[in-house]
Amino acid sequence: MSVVFYLLSGLTLAGGLAAILLKNTVHCALALTVAFAGLALLFLSLDAQFAGFAQILVYIGAVAILVVFAILLTRGSETPKDGVYSHHWPLGLVIAAGVFAVLGWAVLQSARVLPNETAVPSVTVLQIGNALMSRYVLPLEIVALLMTAAMIGAVIVAMHEKEGAK
Amino acid sequence: MTPLTSYLMVAAMLFAIGLAGALTRRNAILVLIGIELMLNAANLNLIAFWRYGPHPEALTGMMFAIFSIAVAAAEAAVGLGLVIQIHRHAHSTDLDAMNRMKG
Repeated sequence: MSVVFYLLSGLTLAGGLAAILLKNTVHCALALTVAFAGLALLFLSLDAQFAGFAQILVYIGAVAILVVFAILLTRGSETPKDGVYSHHWPLGLVIAAGVFAVLGWAVLQSARVLPNETAVPSVTVLQIGNALMSRYVLPLEIVALLMTAAMIGAVIVAMHEKEGAK
Repeated sequence: MTPLTSYLMVAAMLFAIGLAGALTRRNAILVLIGIELMLNAANLNLIAFWRYGPHPEALTGMMFAIFSIAVAAAEAAVGLGLVIQIHRHAHSTDLDAMNRMKG
């Protein structure tokens, strides 16, 4: 594996670790942005240009901003007095370590039978657009419907209740 | 290790980090951040299998990842809307303090 892969995966994992370990919630959101950027660069290093730029647009451009807005609207940047971790944090850590052990064991056990094509796929945005408009047109329409429903639902859920309307 | 195995191991580590964050943090927004990290780890798996699989020109893994990104964006919008509404109602985003279904 190349040096680039190790640099990018180190950046991504460090960003992810910082996002869940830091005390200040705003710092967590910034570390999350670093992890998203590392993932976008990993996608680019996997020759998936469209997915990489979609990752940058959607996650760094929209989701990270949304998270920062939510943190500031809920005053979540104030560190609580009794710690940032739940009472049951050792149990959560054990479950996460167990899941990682099972996943890593499965990956290493199946390393022999995994595909390993070395030819670089040449996929243009034109091909992706054609596929979206022909073979994948039904999922595209369903995602469009889901996005509309999610947008209306988020507005209705977060809409301010009038006093005495309850 | 083959390249695909390395990418799968990185994705497994990122998934475990996200799961640990979702299970150990008290702030509801940090739990959502952990869930986003897990979704992104799954996307990395999809793209890695697309790149090293036998038929990349069929675009299956790429399309799966793109639709997964779209669904994750919708999930983040609704989840953060819910967190803001819960904060308005209970004046807290501390999950340990939310132990009643009825407000």
